[in-house]
Amino acid sequence: MVKRFLILLVLVFFVIMLLPLVSDIQPQTELNPLAKKYVKDGPDELGSANLVTSVIVTYRGLDTLGEVAVLFIATAGVGFMLRRRKDSNKNPQKKRESSEILQTGTALLTPLIFLFGIYIFLHGHLTPGGGFQGGVVIASAILLSMLSFPQSEINHKILNAIESLSGVLYLVIGILGIYLAAGFLDNRILPLGDFGRLFSAGAIPVIYSLIGLKVGSELVGILDSMQRSDS
Amino acid sequence: MTLVSIIGFVLIIVGLWGMLTQNNIIKIIIGFSIIDTGIHLLIVSIGYIKGKTAPIIDSALLKTDAMNQVVDPIPSALVLTAIVIGLAVTALMLVYAVNLYQRKQSLDINDFEELKW
Repeated sequence: MVKRFLILLVLVFFVIMLLPLVSDIQPQTELNPLAKKYVKDGPDELGSANLVTSVIVTYRGLDTLGEVAVLFIATAGVGFMLRRRKDSNKNPQKKRESSEILQTGTALLTPLIFLFGIYIFLHGHLTPGGGFQGGVVIASAILLSMLSFPQSEINHKILNAIESLSGVLYLVIGILGIYLAAGFLDNRILPLGDFGRLFSAGAIPVIYSLIGLKVGSELVGILDSMQRSDS
Repeated sequence: MTLVSIIGFVLIIVGLWGMLTQNNIIKIIIGFSIIDTGIHLLIVSIGYIKGKTAPIIDSALLKTDAMNQVVDPIPSALVLTAIVIGLAVTALMLVYAVNLYQRKQSLDINDFEELKW
């Protein structure tokens, strides 16, 4: 009874605390000054048709670097918590074979899903999407093949190599921006190209491809350690 | 106060209620995810402008006219960041739940009394 009362008290406290914040949100009629600057100058300055991408990758690129770091730490935590017990190698559980339909469907769909993921992160500066979404789509392709071929093992050397290389290259591109352009993670180290083309917006497609590979390999790492854990 | 922000606010309170009242660890994690979703809706509703479109320039939305036609791109970028971090944190929490289950064969939060006083 006391506990319920306390919970109710906490909830009422939170409602009182959050309500002023929420009731201050008025329906807007025009952009605020910062957004106005990003929308007005962004396309000419950075050459990216997707303005959200130009905010994520360049204007707030440091945030994205931090986000990638958080994802990496979470992956490391998952791998650490679910590390394989030493005696589990001796008598591996026999897993049931998946059905013919699932196996055939996987063989047909996996390359297409891969291609779709690569399309999403290569066109991150033109269409809705980008590195994170593309990486998740690629990880879903791997998840599908994990479900249909439960015995198969993922090559960890390749996975780790992709993840570390893309992370290091991301940082190198960021530092190159200091020397060749205006600042850290500036995309103008490469020519801006024609607006709205695939090869445009300077380094944004390169950075987003690296982020896509990194996010994809990290999520595959999470899925793999969850699949391997013996519980 | 817009409709989306009210829904986000309600989701935050519902998720908090779930986290405080449920005993099953998986349900607590679900409550956390509901709070996460509510916060995303709240952030998106800040930048939304009625009747305007997504900030992507193409043949239907010209560069010169973009200022008067698009919503604020910054909350969208922040929510994208928040979604990815929410995914990572949820994965980590689920792994903790797996580890706790391996230790005590139970997912009831009341069975873990080591830090209780």
